[in-house]
Amino acid sequence: MDKLAVDITVPLRSYTLELGLTLDSATVAIVGPSGAGKSTVLRAIAGLVRPSAGTIALGEDVWFSKERKIDRPPEERSVGYVFQEYALFPHMSVRRNVSYGGAERVDELLERLHIDGLAHAKPGALSGGERQRVALARALARDPRVLLLDEPLSALDAHTKASVRGELRELLGELRLPSLLVTHDFEDAAVLAQLVGVIVDGRLVQVDTPQALVAAPASPFVASLTGANLLEGNARAQGDLVEIVLDDGTTLYSTAKGTGRVGVVVYPWEITLSQEAPADSALNHVQGAITSLVTVDNRVRVQVGSLTAETSKESAERLHLREGGRAVASFKATATRLLPLS
Amino acid sequence: MRKVLFPLSLLLAAGVTGAFLLLPLVAIFTRVPFSTLLDQLGSGVVTDALIVSLKTTAIAQAAIILFGTPTAYLLATRRFPGHALAVTLVELPLVLPPAVAGIGLLAAFGRVGLLGSTLTFFGVQIPFTQTAVVLAVAFVASPLYVRQAIASFETVDQNLVDASRTLGAGPARTFWRIALPLASGGLAAGAALAFARGLGEFGATIMFAGSFRGVTQTLPLAIYAEFENEFDVALAIGGLLVVVSAALLVLLKIGLGWTSSRSTSPFLFARTRSS
Repeated sequence: MDKLAVDITVPLRSYTLELGLTLDSATVAIVGPSGAGKSTVLRAIAGLVRPSAGTIALGEDVWFSKERKIDRPPEERSVGYVFQEYALFPHMSVRRNVSYGGAERVDELLERLHIDGLAHAKPGALSGGERQRVALARALARDPRVLLLDEPLSALDAHTKASVRGELRELLGELRLPSLLVTHDFEDAAVLAQLVGVIVDGRLVQVDTPQALVAAPASPFVASLTGANLLEGNARAQGDLVEIVLDDGTTLYSTAKGTGRVGVVVYPWEITLSQEAPADSALNHVQGAITSLVTVDNRVRVQVGSLTAETSKESAERLHLREGGRAVASFKATATRLLPLS
Repeated sequence: MRKVLFPLSLLLAAGVTGAFLLLPLVAIFTRVPFSTLLDQLGSGVVTDALIVSLKTTAIAQAAIILFGTPTAYLLATRRFPGHALAVTLVELPLVLPPAVAGIGLLAAFGRVGLLGSTLTFFGVQIPFTQTAVVLAVAFVASPLYVRQAIASFETVDQNLVDASRTLGAGPARTFWRIALPLASGGLAAGAALAFARGLGEFGATIMFAGSFRGVTQTLPLAIYAEFENEFDVALAIGGLLVVVSAALLVLLKIGLGWTSSRSTSPFLFARTRSS
């Protein structure tokens, strides 16, 4: 698997996009507010926007180099591009849309994305989720060596989004292609990507795993963007509640509905910290080592095991929280949300 | 009383407009019995003019589409210094008086014209030939097609063009498979407009090509020649052109789709994007 190495400068209207990034067979998400230059990154890699300086190369294959005066046109860069509104060709059937990029794998892709029944439908007759799958199949038909996804979930309604997100995560895992996705939604990024880069005004301010971004945001902006903890585990019904066994063996309870592979979402400010498990109404008590303490304004983000909690500076001092010490993180079953991951 | 005054005046104005527009058309078909009109269509003058008209307009139309489509695509998709000027240039014949077009064509292709000596050297004579009719028609009718084509290509979603490129299609394949099919409705409408305009061409043709029966005498020129000669023949040709023009208008509306209110009046000038 070739690595995609990107190091580019693109002047935009109100700021300059400057970005360096290396991608291997994992999914990297770029998260940022709208207008932060996210889509421009993808467009530059695909050859739809010309950087003013830098290089873009896939392995030994140089796609763009200002210095060496190389600028390969989009059709000569092996990318699969999923556009924000999917950009399906309205005058072609699903089948012809998919075969536009390459005819050999059409049947396999239609089947794999469960759209073989829609082969003769026109894009106008499809639902949002179906369009997304057609767009994916079309992007993959070319057998690309890099996959680029521009806000792949933003055109979907909330109900469709959760299931489509699970499918997409599964697909990205199977493909094992260098994949770059941009989104304004940290939750989407955390579910879909192994690494998340936060972009503000054309610059990557922090690149890390989703868990690390939640635990140790480099700036208040990253802190407000990342928001929630996302813990993965297996869920099953347990009486009125749902019991989730996390990958590290911890058991949590949720009032939300879900079975199978799920992500448990809990916000840092829903978590209270204490030295010993309190006898309160919270069902979830997780004891662990404090691995980091980060002060953001007047709050402190504390990582206990795999959870990030947020507390006031005063409380952190009163509880003598320090790195290497231990603490109990408590939160109510009602404070959790469950995201299906498959 | 006041309440009805406004709608009443609207109705009155519409009535006057409708009657004024309809009256000449009605007159053509009522002045002489319909059967007489049909008989006159069989006369030599009419068939000669019909053949000249169809042949020259068809050739001019082919040339307009062949050269106008790539020109329009270029102007719709590329921005370069002088772009607005170029768009204005292709639209100019639209507002130019046909007599000016005629004298201009003579000044360019005439024996003493700009290219006259070159053409004479090669033994080519253009004025007062069927070629001159084709040139006059193409000159006058082309803006109607080109500006409609520019507008149609501009409305093709840029994301679709980008998607085509990322799927491995070069600019040429993208043009044939994406831009052209998606603009085709508008292109057909523009072609219908240009065809109708070409069929009715009079001023530039009579100056540049003259009115020789069977060679350069098109249907409108035949009306002009016959209206002193045999008024019934002139009327018959008029009736024929009314029918053909109405049919073209219907085709045009189908091409643009019935729904939008601008369907009968496409932009007079192609838009020039500011961004």
